[in-house]
Parts: sequence; structure tokens; C-alpha cells
Amino acid sequence: MQKITRDVLVEKAVSLLENGSVSCVLGWKKGEFDYDITPAVFESKEELVSDFIFDDFCGANFSKYLVQKTRKVEGKILVFLKPCDTYSFNQLLTEHRFDREKVYAVGIPCEGMVDIGKIKAITGDGISSIVCGDTIKVNTIYDESFDINAKDVLLERCINCKSKKHVAYDELIGEEGEVIESNRFDEVARLEAMTPDERFAFWQNELSKCIRCNACRDVCPACTCEKCVFNNPKSGVENKAPANEFEEKMFHIIRAFHVAGRCTDCGECSRVCPQNIPLHLLNRKFIKDIDSFYGEYQAGAEVGSRAPLVNYTTEDIEPCDVFERGND
Amino acid sequence: MQVKEYKPLIVAFCCNWCSYAGADLAGNNRLNYPADVKIIRVPCSCRVNPMFVLRAFQRGADGVILCGCHPGDCHYTSGNYYTRRRMALLFSMLDYLGIERERTRVEWVSAAEGAKFAATMNDFAEKVAALGENKRLEDLRCKK
Amino acid sequence: MLKCSIDALNGVFAKIAADATLYLPTDKDGSTVYAEWSEGVELSNALNTAKSPKDFFFPQVEDLMKFKVEGKSISVDDIRSESEDFVVFGVRACDVRSFDILDRVFLVEPYDSYYASRREHGVIISMACSKPAETCFCRTFGIDCTNPGGDIAVWKTEDSVYWNANTEKGEKLLSKLGLEECSDDAVNAQKEKTEKIMSKLPLAGLTTDGFGGGKTLDLFNRPEWKSLSESCLGCGTCTFVCPTCQCYDVKDFNTGNAIIRYRCWDSCMYSDFTKMAHGNNRNSQVERFRQRFMHKLVYYPENNEGIFGCVGCGRCLAKCPISMNIVKVMKTIGGNAE
Repeated sequence: MQKITRDVLVEKAVSLLENGSVSCVLGWKKGEFDYDITPAVFESKEELVSDFIFDDFCGANFSKYLVQKTRKVEGKILVFLKPCDTYSFNQLLTEHRFDREKVYAVGIPCEGMVDIGKIKAITGDGISSIVCGDTIKVNTIYDESFDINAKDVLLERCINCKSKKHVAYDELIGEEGEVIESNRFDEVARLEAMTPDERFAFWQNELSKCIRCNACRDVCPACTCEKCVFNNPKSGVENKAPANEFEEKMFHIIRAFHVAGRCTDCGECSRVCPQNIPLHLLNRKFIKDIDSFYGEYQAGAEVGSRAPLVNYTTEDIEPCDVFERGND
Repeated sequence: MQVKEYKPLIVAFCCNWCSYAGADLAGNNRLNYPADVKIIRVPCSCRVNPMFVLRAFQRGADGVILCGCHPGDCHYTSGNYYTRRRMALLFSMLDYLGIERERTRVEWVSAAEGAKFAATMNDFAEKVAALGENKRLEDLRCKK
Repeated sequence: MLKCSIDALNGVFAKIAADATLYLPTDKDGSTVYAEWSEGVELSNALNTAKSPKDFFFPQVEDLMKFKVEGKSISVDDIRSESEDFVVFGVRACDVRSFDILDRVFLVEPYDSYYASRREHGVIISMACSKPAETCFCRTFGIDCTNPGGDIAVWKTEDSVYWNANTEKGEKLLSKLGLEECSDDAVNAQKEKTEKIMSKLPLAGLTTDGFGGGKTLDLFNRPEWKSLSESCLGCGTCTFVCPTCQCYDVKDFNTGNAIIRYRCWDSCMYSDFTKMAHGNNRNSQVERFRQRFMHKLVYYPENNEGIFGCVGCGRCLAKCPISMNIVKVMKTIGGNAE
């Protein structure tokens, strides 16, 4: 389904690596199967040619890796950024989390990434090969084959893609896209329209699945604290397991609140959740509220913009008026 | 067996410069407000981290109210403006999770408003009492 | 060998559930989880559950004791929840092996009475696999998924369910279920068919050559650990879905009027894993990452007669956010890529 091929990217990476403008490449590395792609650092032409991949399973957002890598790597890092990744990239720059000079960012177009979970729900276990394209061809070890429309198995974040526009890059491959109208707040609105009892039941059910693996936090490009409060024994809230319902809720409220106004809605949290909790619905609630209370704001759209929670006007809405204005 | 009358436990975060003084004034003027309102003095309403609110509920609060200087009157110029944004979002989120919205409130009380302080607390305690015990954000371990 | 028809299965479940709590894999919100059986809870057709059944014996969170301080005296109460009799149905061969691995940790000195009590009260009914997934590699560890262990082994075919007791405990339960005797032809046919699929699996060629006890220093110092762990997020997904990860932390919770001491799963991927007064043992993600795989592939077999600490269930392959997993580690470090 992707419009650009891996060969174009490999060629670009190899030429930059060979002329010395970058010292390593942050890219996607193929795995055991056709879908288990790992983010990796490539340091040589051979590695790139044999292992680099770009297809419909390259969902991983590299922006956060730059925080650590730019500190360790000598020279520049080449990073490939999909449109949604560039928002995270800008947001991290706004927060001075890495040195822009050490990065060479190549924007690449994205037609949406697919969700292996959704494919497996159709094909069942035993996938032996997957060929990406507008129609995804899946073969299984049980000699079955499936033709799946890629649009039907997109990742949640890609179904509601907010922008095809790259907001940061040194070089762009392909054409510049546009910010698009999405229906990303529909699900939030649906929940808001429920009664409090229904909402409570919904979240109780979802959050009770949490195993506190912290993957949502660890993958989040906005969560870059050097030491998270939930890892700090002195904070009194540090915990390694969801001891009870309260702790599940507290972790997820605080996680979402801490990135409120800084979350670019990249959707990595929901993508990585091993328990399939729709965590993006918490983040989107904050985004939706911020948009409606304080005016539309897209985190990461430009470097240096002031996040809504570190800003104010004297005319802001009063907390007691929030519900009257809202959705009753 | 005697049935104990249910009285909600209210935690009130009051800023040092206005609301805490307002509470003092309410006391000096012998105005009544529920004894189950536990005041926690903070240097500024913006000192209140969302975690404070959640942990108050965890430790058994049935309602949490934040009181600060009126917008424009913050001792530190702008602290309460930040509070206003934070709490608007936090309380909206709690509501989104299905936690009763009447359990949380922000009120601006100046040092001269002893009467407003007492009236606010009476009204808030009454609303929370009507909801009954906090079941949705409780930590059962703390109730044993 | 005993048998019942698929249609009679719910009746058998009802009989089991009459004396003990019965748990079985069921589909909920698009994923497969263990749930308590009651009328209307359907057995899932999925290969395995998202989380492993180790929870039943070694729960993610478990209260150990409670302290109360009054004046100068401290009272200590045992607040463990009493173990009731329970039956876990539908445990796959790989997960059955995981209990052996856990036993070797918890049932030796210092003996873990919390775990032991649950092991005593629990009956495991395993279920043979007939439709393995591409992520399966149990054979690598010598596990036969067509012949699962447990107290009772079960084979499910299209129309019938076959039961065979492996232990006294299993025998006792099975005798109460009123099943009919039958030959094992159908089971053998299924085994044969599954065997064929097993050898076709993409990971069928994976071996443990190059791992095991005695190779500690060589493997520990391999340079590949750096590139393998390069993109590891340091989350606990692999650890928490793993049936054999058994590290835990003991923590205190101050309730305001007492201290509850509890234990919870820990992950070697976390920065404060085994943190002590002197600080951390492993300060970088490379070291933490290496610990996890060295433990399973080298340290554990070293101390346990060559038994590996992995059962090849494939959960970490399916769940890791960045798709780094033990198979990739084995192929890279063990050097046995095809």
C-alpha cells in the first residue's frame, strides 16, 4: 500500500552514509515473519541492503529514540519520519529534548499502517507469508490464503489519520500532503454521550485489563522524563503492578494528564498495548477538551509553541462552567 | 445497633493567601461549616498536583474542593490561572471516566470572604452527602 | 482413555464446577482470557490466552501480611487469602511445562508456602494443540504439544473430547465425571496430523545449541547484545505475558492505619529491578535485556539440570511492542540462523 518502496529509502540512506553526512540510520529492520518489524540502528551499507524494510507494518515512531541516541552517537543520525512522527519530532524539539543539529530528518509519505492483530482476527494463527499492497495477501501454514483490503485492517491511529503533512524535515521524499479532516473525536463524543454509569462501566472494564507493563508510557514520545514518578520509590505512588482498581485508574489518568497539551495524538500507546486498551481515547479526550475550551491546538505543529497547560488567558472558562457548556 | 449517620469526608485544598485566610475569617465570625471538611493549606492553588486530588480520594475523601484567590488576585500573579486550566481538564477527565462530577469543585474565595467560604463548604458537603460514599475512586485497602 | 461429545462438554464443566471453581479460556472483547466458568461461558477456540495461566499459582499481586503499630508494640497478621480448590481447563503443553519451571523455583528451599498452597489446591487439565501458530516453538525445548502433561490431558476433535488422567489427583476428578471408555484411535490420528504441521512451522528448525549451562562467560560477553537491545523500550510486556518469568518484588503499602506487605511481579526490564542500598545491579538497558535472556537460556539450565527457562509459547513474539524476542536473540547469539 505504501507509495514509496524500501529501495528508494535504502538508496537514500546508503548515499548519505557513504558521503559521510550521517553516521548511522534509524530505520525498520525485518523480522522472523513478515510482520514483526523492529526499530534498529543501521551502521553500514550491508546491513541496510540486507535488513532494512519499509512496508505496511512500519508503524513504529522513531522520534523518541532520538532523545537517547543523539546523546550517544557521534555525528548525525538519519531518521525517517512519517507525517505523524514529525509532530512528535517537533514536540520533542519544543521541549529541548534533543539536539536538532545531530539529526538529519527525511520525511517519507505514509498511506497508513496496518494492524497485525486485525489481520490475525481474519486469518487466524499460522501466518506463513504476507505480501503488502492495497490488497494484502496472506498465506497460512494451513494452506489457506486470504485477500484482505488494507483499508479494513488499518491501525486505529491510521483510520483516523489527522495529517499527511510533514511539519519537520531536512529533506522530503515524495509529495507534501495536507492536514486532513478526521473523525478522531467521534469515539470520545460517543462516550461523552453515555450516562456516567455507562462510562464508568466502560472504563472499569477496559482499565481492569491493564497489566502495568508500562509499554504505553515507555513508547510515548511525550513521556521523556528522566525518571518517571511511577518508577520513583520516594514518590509513594511507585508500583509495578496494578494492585487494585484505584491504582489502574490513577496510573492512566496521570499518564494522560502528564502529556495533555503535549500529546500529538500519534497513537503509539494504543498500538503497543498488549491488552488492547483504547488508551488513545484518554489522550483524545484531553485534546478535544483543550480544543473546545482554549481554542484549537495541535501539539508539535510548530516548534516553540506554548502548550495549553503552561499558558492561560484571563478569560479562560471556569471549571464549574465546563459541564454546562459541554455535552449534557 | 446504632446506625452511624453518614457524613462525607471533604478535603479542601486552600491557598495560603486568600482561601485559608477566608476559612480563618469564617471561624472568627463563628460561621458554621461541616467539621468533616479537612483543610490542607497550600502555598498557592497551583501547588495542587492532579495526583493530590486522586490520592485524597484514595485515602477516603468523598469530595475534593480547591480554593484559591480570585483570578487576577493571585499572590504570585498567575498561579490560579494555571490551576483553572488544569482542574478544568482534570475534572472533565474524571467525569469522562464516570466519576460523579459533583465530587470535585474549584471555588475562588478571598481573605475577606469568610461567609462565602462557609456557604461554599456547606453547599459542597450537602451535594457530596447526597451522592453518598465515594465508591468509584476508592482504594479498598485504605478502608480496612 | 475416556470421552464425551462436544455437546456434552458443558455438562461436564458443570460437574467439575460443582466441587471446585473452574477456569477456562474464553473470548472476551477480542482477546482470549481465563475466566471463571458458569453457564453460558464458552470455551475459546483460540490457540492460547493472551496472558499465561501462571496467575493462578503466582498471582500478579498477592498480600502477604499486615503490620499494625500501636505504641511500642507491633502486631503482624497473616492476611493471605485462603486457597480454595480450583481447576484450570485448557492449559497448553507449553504452559504445563512452565509450572515445572516455576516449581523448581518456588518449591525448593526457601519453600514458598503461598505458591505451594495454590499448587496443592489446583488441578490442571491440559489440552493438546491441533492448530499451532507460526509463533510456536515448544519443540525447541522438547515439549510435545500433542501430548500435554498436567493432572488430566484432554484432546478436542471436531465432535468429541477425549480425557486421560496423568496423576492421582486427575484420576480422582476424572472418576467423578461419568465419561465413557473409548479407544485412542481418534486421538492418535489427531496427534499424527499435528506432528506434521509442527515440522512445517517457520520456527521448527530453531535449536538450543549454543545455549545452556557452562557457557555463561562466552555468551555474556557477546557484542550482539548491544544491537539486539538497541530499540528495547524497557517495558514489562514480555515479562508479564511470559509463563515462566517468576521474579517478584516485595513492597509495603501504607493504608493510613496499617502497613500491608504484598508482593507483585517484577520485571528485569525495569530500571529499579533488584535495586539495593548500593544502587542498581544493572544500569543500562543492554544489561537488563541481557539478564532476561541469559536467565532463561543459560543461568536457569545451569542450575536445573539443563532445563531451559523458556517453553516456546510465543507470547512475547506476539506482544512485544518493538517485536524483539527470544527467537531473534537465539538466532543471533546462538548463531544458528537458517
